[in-house]
Amino acid sequence: MPELIARRSVLGLVGAALTGLPAMPAFASEDPWPGLHQDVFQNRPIVEDGLITLDAPMRAEDAALVPLTVKVARDQAAPPKSLTLLIDKNPAPVVATFYFGEGSGEIELSTRVRIDAYSNVRAVVETADGALHMTTKYVKASGGCSAPALKDAELAEAELGKMQFRQFAADMPSSSSREAQLMIRHPNHSGLQMDQLTGYYIPAKFITDLEVKRGDTLVFRMEGGISLSADPNIRFTFRPAGSGDVITAQAKDTDGRVLRGSWPVKSGSEM
Amino acid sequence: MLFGAILGLALLALGAGNPVLRASAQTSPSVTPLEVTEIAPGVFVHQGAYAVFTPSNRGDIANLSFVIGRDAVAVIDTGGSAAIGQALRAAIRAVTDKPIRYVINTHMHPDHLFGNVAFADDRPDFIGHHKLARALATRAERYLAINAELLGPEAFAGTRLIPPTRVVQDRLVIDLGERELMLEAQPTAHTDNDLTVHDSTTGTLFLGDLLFMRHIPALDGSIRGWMELINRLEQIPARRAVPGHGPPSAAWPEAIQPQKLYLQRISTEVRRMIKQGRSIAEAAATVGLSEKDAWLLFDEFNARNVTAAFAELEWE
Repeated sequence: MPELIARRSVLGLVGAALTGLPAMPAFASEDPWPGLHQDVFQNRPIVEDGLITLDAPMRAEDAALVPLTVKVARDQAAPPKSLTLLIDKNPAPVVATFYFGEGSGEIELSTRVRIDAYSNVRAVVETADGALHMTTKYVKASGGCSAPALKDAELAEAELGKMQFRQFAADMPSSSSREAQLMIRHPNHSGLQMDQLTGYYIPAKFITDLEVKRGDTLVFRMEGGISLSADPNIRFTFRPAGSGDVITAQAKDTDGRVLRGSWPVKSGSEM
Repeated sequence: MLFGAILGLALLALGAGNPVLRASAQTSPSVTPLEVTEIAPGVFVHQGAYAVFTPSNRGDIANLSFVIGRDAVAVIDTGGSAAIGQALRAAIRAVTDKPIRYVINTHMHPDHLFGNVAFADDRPDFIGHHKLARALATRAERYLAINAELLGPEAFAGTRLIPPTRVVQDRLVIDLGERELMLEAQPTAHTDNDLTVHDSTTGTLFLGDLLFMRHIPALDGSIRGWMELINRLEQIPARRAVPGHGPPSAAWPEAIQPQKLYLQRISTEVRRMIKQGRSIAEAAATVGLSEKDAWLLFDEFNARNVTAAFAELEWE
C-alpha cells in the first residue's frame, strides 16, 4: 500500500501542475453502494460470481478518459440481457445501461468514462433468468466530471455529430461474433464545468440514447449519462448475418438532436 | 458551488484593486528574489526546477523571463503561485526600476500563470492568446483547488487567477522603447492557447511549453497540430530559444530536435496500434517506452500523452 499511495501523490502533483489532472483525495464519506443498490436495482440480490470480467486501470492517466472493458463468460445457461456500468462516487453514478438484442455477439464491450473521485467501478449484468451478476474494480482517478476533456473546444463544436465506424477481423474464422467500434463526436458536457468568468455552469449536453442495429435486428441499445467521456467511444460485438448486412446507429442528445450513421458489414477478407 | 462563489469574488476584487489583495501582492522586504540569468542583453530567464508541484518548490517549476526596454519591462510567465510571482518581481526590481507594463502568459497551465497576482499592483496589460480566457474559464476551478492542495496553504497563500486583460488574435507587437516584442497566437498544439514571443533585438524566441527540453513534453492540445507547428517554428530565424521547461536558453532550432523525435515516435507507434485494432489501454502501457531514458519525469507524463494522442489520432 505505501507504494500505491506514493504513486498516487506523484501522479496528482504532475497532473495539477501542468494540465489540471486531479489530486483531490477521496473524501471519507459513506459508502454510496447501498443507496445505489436500492435506487438502481431495488435491492434485488446481486452475486459476485466471476461471470463478468472488468478491465480498468488501477490509476487513471486521464480522469476524463478512463478506458473500461467488460467481458461476460461464454456458454452460461442464461445469456446476458443488459449491462449497467456504475461509478459509485460520481455525481451521476450510472454511466450507462446497455440492453443487448438478437444481433449482439459474445458480450465484450469497451467504453471510456469520467471518474470524479477515487471510486469503485461496477459492471452489473442481468441475465435472461433475471439474475444480477456484478464485478467491482477500484480506480484511482478524480475530477473527470468537472475536468474539461476537450483539448480543442472549437474542433469539438465544429465536428459535433460526426460518427466513425470501424470493424475488426474476427479472432477466429469460426467465431460467430465480430468486433466493431462506434465513435461519436460529441462534447458530452457534464453540466459540472463552471465558466469561471461568468460563474455559471456550462449546461449539460450529452447523449441520452443510442441504438445500434444490424439490419432490423437490435445489436444493443444504450441509455447513457454524463459519466461517459466526451466523444463517446463504444467497442462492441455483433453477430453477422450474411452478405448485404448493414449496421446502423442512431443517437439522441439532450438538445433533441438526432445523429445517424450506417455502414455495410465487411467480410473477414475485407479487413 | 461555494468554491466558485469565492473565486468569483476574488476575481471581482482584483478588478477593483481590493486593498487586501493589494497587500498580498506587494513585494515585502522578506521576499528572496529568484535567481535569473541574463541570456542576452536585457533578457533575463529564471530556470524552474525539473519537478512537479510540491510545498517546498512553491510551484517554481517553469522557466520565467523578463525583457527590459528603454521605457518598460515585459514579463513572460509568472510561476506557479503568488509567492513565486513575488520572488520573480523582486528579481526584476533587483535589476531595474522601469515600470512593468506587460505580463504575458504563454498558455493556460498553472505553473506559468498563477504568479500573475504578484504584478496586479503594477497595473500591466495581462496579455494572452485569444482562447486563453475561455480555456481558463472551464478549468480554473479545478486548477485552483488542485494546486492549493499540492502546494499546501503556506505556498499557495494569496494565489488568485488573473485572466488576460488584452488578447492576441493573430499577432501583436508591443513596444518597450527601442525594443519591440512580436507576440503570435499559435494554432492548437501543446494546448489550444499557446502564445510565442519573439525579441528581434536579440533574436530570442520565447516558446513557453511549445518547447520542452530534458522535461518530457506534456500534450494537452493536439499532437498533429504540435508537429505541424514545430515545422513552421523551425523556420523562424532566431538565435536562441527559451523553453518552458529546460535550460534558460538553447540554440535554435537545434533545441527542439529531441522533442520532435519524441512526438514523431509517439504518433507513429500510436497510429500503428490503432491500425492493428489495439486498445487505448494497451497503447498507454507500451507506446513511447524507447524514449524513457531521454527524458526526466517520463513516468509521470508519457502514458497520459499516449492516451491523448490515441484519442486524437483514432479520428483520422
